[in-house]
Amino acid sequence: MELKMIFNFIFGPKQKRNLTTSALADLQVGERAILEEFELDHPIAEHLMNLGFVPGLEVTVERSGPGGDPRVYRVEGTEVAMRRELSRHIHVSLVGAPAFGD
Amino acid sequence: MTCHPVARPQDEAPDTSYRTVAVVGPPNSGKTTLFNRLTGLRQKVGNFPGVTVEHHTGYIRGGEGEEVALIDLPGIYSLTPKSEDEKVAIDVLHGNMPGMSRPDAVIVVLNSTNLHSHLVLAARVIAVGLPTLVLLNMADELHKQDGSVDVLSLARQLGTPVALVSATTGAGLEAVTNFLSGASPALEPIELPVVGSTRSVREWAVRVGENANYRRPATPVWTRRLDDLFLHRTWGAVIFGVVVVAVFQTIFAVGQPLSNLLQKFLDLTGSRIGTLLPEGMFRSLLINGVWKGTGSVLVFLPQILLLFLVIGILEDSGYLARAAVIADRTMSRVGLNGKSFIPLLSAYACAVPAIMATRTIESKRDRIATILIAPFMTCSARLPVYTMVIAAFLPNRPLLGPFLGTRAVAMLSLYLLGFLMAVLTARLLKSTVLKSKDAPFILEMPPYRWPKFSSLMMRLVDRGKAFLYRAGTVIMLVSLLLWAATNFPMHNGHPPAIQDSVVASLGHAIEPVIRPLGFDWKIGVGLVTSLAAREVIIATLGTLNGIDAESHSFDLQNALRHELTIPGAIALLVFFAFAMQCMSTIAVVRRETNGWKWPAIQFAYMTIVAYVSAFAAYRIVGHFIR
Repeated sequence: MELKMIFNFIFGPKQKRNLTTSALADLQVGERAILEEFELDHPIAEHLMNLGFVPGLEVTVERSGPGGDPRVYRVEGTEVAMRRELSRHIHVSLVGAPAFGD
Repeated sequence: MTCHPVARPQDEAPDTSYRTVAVVGPPNSGKTTLFNRLTGLRQKVGNFPGVTVEHHTGYIRGGEGEEVALIDLPGIYSLTPKSEDEKVAIDVLHGNMPGMSRPDAVIVVLNSTNLHSHLVLAARVIAVGLPTLVLLNMADELHKQDGSVDVLSLARQLGTPVALVSATTGAGLEAVTNFLSGASPALEPIELPVVGSTRSVREWAVRVGENANYRRPATPVWTRRLDDLFLHRTWGAVIFGVVVVAVFQTIFAVGQPLSNLLQKFLDLTGSRIGTLLPEGMFRSLLINGVWKGTGSVLVFLPQILLLFLVIGILEDSGYLARAAVIADRTMSRVGLNGKSFIPLLSAYACAVPAIMATRTIESKRDRIATILIAPFMTCSARLPVYTMVIAAFLPNRPLLGPFLGTRAVAMLSLYLLGFLMAVLTARLLKSTVLKSKDAPFILEMPPYRWPKFSSLMMRLVDRGKAFLYRAGTVIMLVSLLLWAATNFPMHNGHPPAIQDSVVASLGHAIEPVIRPLGFDWKIGVGLVTSLAAREVIIATLGTLNGIDAESHSFDLQNALRHELTIPGAIALLVFFAFAMQCMSTIAVVRRETNGWKWPAIQFAYMTIVAYVSAFAAYRIVGHFIR
C-alpha cells in the first residue's frame, strides 16, 4: 500500500482510462469489453460476425501468442486469433475491471 | 433470399425419396466426420468446374434400400457470394452448378455447442427452399459440458426437422435415414428473417435459442488450461519447436526410408517379373515403362500418407490452429501467414505432400503463393545431386574443427539459397499479383479434442486416392514419354544406346542454350531425364559415361570433373536449387489448382530464375576461378 503511494507520488497516478470507445487492440490480456462498430471492409466484417463477433456482444482478450501478436479473443463460445493490425479497427466500449486477477 | 414462407414439396408426396442430398455446414462443426460416418469408404473426390474447391460424393442407403448420393460441400460460415467456397455452395443449392443437377434436399450440420452463430447459416440455407434437415452435431460434447437444447421447439421455430446427433458416437443418426425416406415429422414452414444484416439475424438466432431453452455449454476448462501451456510465452514456443522437429523428423527419418524401401521392393519385383518375360520391346515397355512409371508414383505414398497422418493429428486435436498462431509472426514478415508454415516446413522433405497440405489455407491467394514457393525449399531429392557434385569438386576441409567442414558449409549454403529465393518470391508475389488485403489472418481456435482414429484413416485413404488418380496419371504419362524417348529410335528391334536415343537428341538440341551455363549435351540429357525425378540425373550421367553410378560413384565423380569446370559445377548446383524439374510436383500443382495455368506459370518462373542464376553464377565464379 505504501509502495503504491510512493509510486504514485513519484510517477503520477496511472492515467484514467478513456471510457468512450477504444479499439480491441488497446485492451490488455484478460480485459473485457463490448464490441461496437467494425471499421472494416464489409466482407471481413461479415466474416467476423459469422464467427460470432457481433456488435453488442462481450469480447474477452483471452491470451496472446508468444511475442504478443496475434492475440486470441473470445466471444461467447468462440475463440478467434487475429493480428494486432486487424484488432485496431474493431471498436469496443469498456466494461470494467479485468476478467481475472493476476 | 426470400421473405415469403418456404413451401416444401414433400408435403404432397410423403414417400418421396431423395436421390441427391447436399451436406452443408460451417468448419469445425464435425461435418466431415458425419459425412464419413454416413458414407463410409464409398466416396469419390472431384473438383467443382473451374475452381480449386473439392467436393466429396458418397453413397448411403436410404430408407427403402435405394442409393442416395450425398454431396459434401465445403465448410462455409454463411451464404454470401464472397468466397469461392460460398459461391460454390450457393450454385449447388440453386442448381446452377454445371455438370450437377440441383440436389433434392439439404442436410445442415451445425455445432450444437455454438448454436447462435450457426443458426444464422441454417436460416439462410433453409430459405433456399429445398427440403432441409438440421442436425445439431457434437451432442456428446454438449451434454458433457452441461449444455442442453429443446430440439422440438427448435424444429417448430425453424419449420424443418431438427435432430441432435453425435457423429463421433453415432447417436441420433436415424434422423438422417428417416429424413431421406421422407419419414421426418411434417412441420409448418416458417418465415425466416434472412433479409437483413447478420446482426439482426443473429439477434433472431438468440431469441430462437432462448425459446428452445438452449443452454450454452461452459467453455471446457481443459482447453483453456492446454492453451495456457501451448500458447505460453516460453513453453509454448518450446513445444512448438518440438512439434516442428517431430514433423520434420517423421518425414525424413521415417517417410524417406519407407519410400526408399518401397522403391527397392518395386525395383526388385520389377526385375523378377522381367526375368519371366522374353527380351524385347514389350518387356522393356512393361518393366521400364509401365512398372517403373507406376513405381515412381507409388513411391510418394509413404511420405504423403505419413505427412497427412501427422497433420491430421495436429489438425483434429486442435493444435494446428495454435501452431499457426505461433508461426504467424514470422510468416507475416514474408507476406504470408501462419497457416503456410506447416506446408512449407514439409516441403523440405518433399514438395509433393507439402503442396497437397496447403488445402488448410483458406485464402486462395495465400494458398497459391505457398504452392508457388514450396518447390524452392530444398527437398530431399536434391540432396543426392548436391552430394555428388560437391564431393566431386570440393575437397572436404574442416572449418570449425570436426563439426563443420567445407562440404557441409556448401550444402548449408544451398539450403539457404533455396530459402532466400522462397522468401524473395513470396514477397514479390504478395506485393503484386497475389496481394490479399481482403483476407486478413483470422483463425478460429477450436476446442481441443482427441483425434479419432477412423477419421484419420479415412482422410489418409482420401488423400491417397486423390493423389493416385489425379497426379498419378500425369506422372505415369511423363514416365512413359521418357521411356519412349530413351528407347527410340530402335535398331533391329533393340533399343538404342542412350547416346543415340531421342533423349540424346534432345540433349544436343538444348546444348546451345545451356552452354552459356557451362553445361554440355550430356548434362543436357541429364536435365531432361531429371524431369522424372531430380536424382535421376546421376544415373543418367553414369550411363552416358558407361559407369554404374551406384557402385562406382568415385568414377562418376571423376567423369564429372571432365564434364564440368568448377564454375560449371556451381552453376549446376544453382540450377538445381531453383529449377522446377520434378514432374510430380507439376502434376500435384495441377491437381491442387485444378488447371494448367499455375503449374505453367510456376514452371516458367522457376526455369527463368534457375537459368539466369546459373548463368550469373557461371560468369561470376568463372571470373575468379578458372
